[in-house]
Amino acid sequence: MTPALMKLENISFAYETLPVLKDISLSTREQDFIGLIGPNGSGKSTLLKIMGAILKPDSGSIQFKESSLPKINKKLFAQSVSWIPQDHPMVFPFKVSEIVLMGRHPYLSPLSFESEEDFEISQRAMETTMTSQFADRYFNEISGGEKQRVMIASALAQDPEMMLLDEPTAALDLKYQIQILSILKNLNARHKMTLVMAMHDLNLASSFCNRLILLDEGQIVRDGTPEQVLKKDILEQVYGIEVDLGSHDGSIRVHPVISR
Amino acid sequence: MTLSLFFLLFIVTLCVAPLIGSSKISLARAFSDSINISSNPDAIILFQVRFPRILLGALAGAALSVAGAIFQALLRNDLAAPFTLGVSSGAALGAVIAIALNLHIYMLGIPVVPLFAFLGSLGAIILVFSLVRTRHGEFPTGVLLLAGVTANFFFAAMVMFIHYLADFSQSFVIIRWLMGGLDITDYKTVLSIAPVVLVGIFSLLFISRDMNLISTGVHSASSRGVNVARIQKIGFIIASLITGTVVATCGPIGFVGLIVPHTVRLFVGPDLRILIPTCMLFGASFLVACDTLARTILAPTEIPVGVITAILGGPFFVWLLKRKRQV
Repeated sequence: MTPALMKLENISFAYETLPVLKDISLSTREQDFIGLIGPNGSGKSTLLKIMGAILKPDSGSIQFKESSLPKINKKLFAQSVSWIPQDHPMVFPFKVSEIVLMGRHPYLSPLSFESEEDFEISQRAMETTMTSQFADRYFNEISGGEKQRVMIASALAQDPEMMLLDEPTAALDLKYQIQILSILKNLNARHKMTLVMAMHDLNLASSFCNRLILLDEGQIVRDGTPEQVLKKDILEQVYGIEVDLGSHDGSIRVHPVISR
Repeated sequence: MTLSLFFLLFIVTLCVAPLIGSSKISLARAFSDSINISSNPDAIILFQVRFPRILLGALAGAALSVAGAIFQALLRNDLAAPFTLGVSSGAALGAVIAIALNLHIYMLGIPVVPLFAFLGSLGAIILVFSLVRTRHGEFPTGVLLLAGVTANFFFAAMVMFIHYLADFSQSFVIIRWLMGGLDITDYKTVLSIAPVVLVGIFSLLFISRDMNLISTGVHSASSRGVNVARIQKIGFIIASLITGTVVATCGPIGFVGLIVPHTVRLFVGPDLRILIPTCMLFGASFLVACDTLARTILAPTEIPVGVITAILGGPFFVWLLKRKRQV
């Protein structure tokens, strides 16, 4: 078994007094493609922000490789782990290429501009995500699916070992959903990128991820392969609806039972 | 490239503005060695009256414009301005208290009215930020804007109250102060605010890339290694400090901090590494040009420069809003 990349132990978190995460322990291994699933409000986004060192847990410890998280230098951590939000409201007219270059921030010192190398790395990131053709357009003027790819390019420019994605396919049409997930699958397979992705679509999660973590009310209900996690009784209990399970091309399909 | 054009504009403005004024002066006579300086009215007008005023205008314009750009970026709101967080109304309250108490005196060589104005702006900043700060040390943008607007109304009401109680001559001084102007100045004033403004702007350049990231979102900035709470604090404090310094001397000159960053952004884009120096140059040129208008348009009477910037600023802003909605 490959060594743990990030290890969370007994993580708890509350925004004000309402607990969001309760006693979460998990570890990610190299080249994991983890789908974080669970109902709305189960704590998926919060867990991703804690793994990305954007929020500090109230208790528990996080280990990334040899260092423990609160002590590690923020810029150094950003060279290894990147995080992509669900939506990207942009007030100012930045160009796509500028947004991608921002991924180089953790490598630059104050007052400096990006070097030739930074431009090359951003260029490659845009090629991987098929976004080079609109490099000179304004970020606010491209479509939702294109924005999501640009944000992945920007996260790639950080040259990370691990990427955290908050519902990367939310609000996208079927074609874009598959396109984004194929890009991620490719990063996972060819570049050995460890991916943790919050996801609502259980069928897409089961087709693309090699590991699923099911959260409910801030706690981990199941953690394992799609076959181990997507069980009829568990899903019915967590989601509170009746489901039927099937399979297609070797991966599990979840069908909600709709009463007519 | 664009930056050098703005630099050229700045130089031209600084060279032309001193030559324009209510009394005609001859450059030849002003620079002549043969006439004693004290009996050379051309030289006195040029060097003692117009130069310091133009330098003050340039510093004030630069400071307010850069502060505007910073507030807009850090609050991710393009309606934010140097005065949004209550800096100017705090300064106004300080100044009005000093005027109402008839403190037209010097304390340790500093005139008391601007000193009170500066303390007022500092007080407003400290008040607003300590109210908004969360237990995690963050400054949530929405709450910050609301607290700033509330502070503005509260201080404005206090100013009105004191104004209402003031006698006729005090009332005149208060009104003049609130309009903002560059008219009463000398080299000493210029030298006292120049270091604060210039060092402030230079320090902002140091954190400009971090602020770029914050302007695209606090969480994604944090995930790229930006210490968001610290950068926000530093940015807000420096921008407020240079605003407070300028307002203490010149009064609240409105709209510069809103118009200039928007205009400049149309030319150079939102990258603060370029936006800050360009705002500095264009803000300086813009305020000096407005002040030249203020000095000459009704000559020999002078209009407060705040009136000119607001009269130009209002329609511009409406145009900007309309244009934005079409995009």
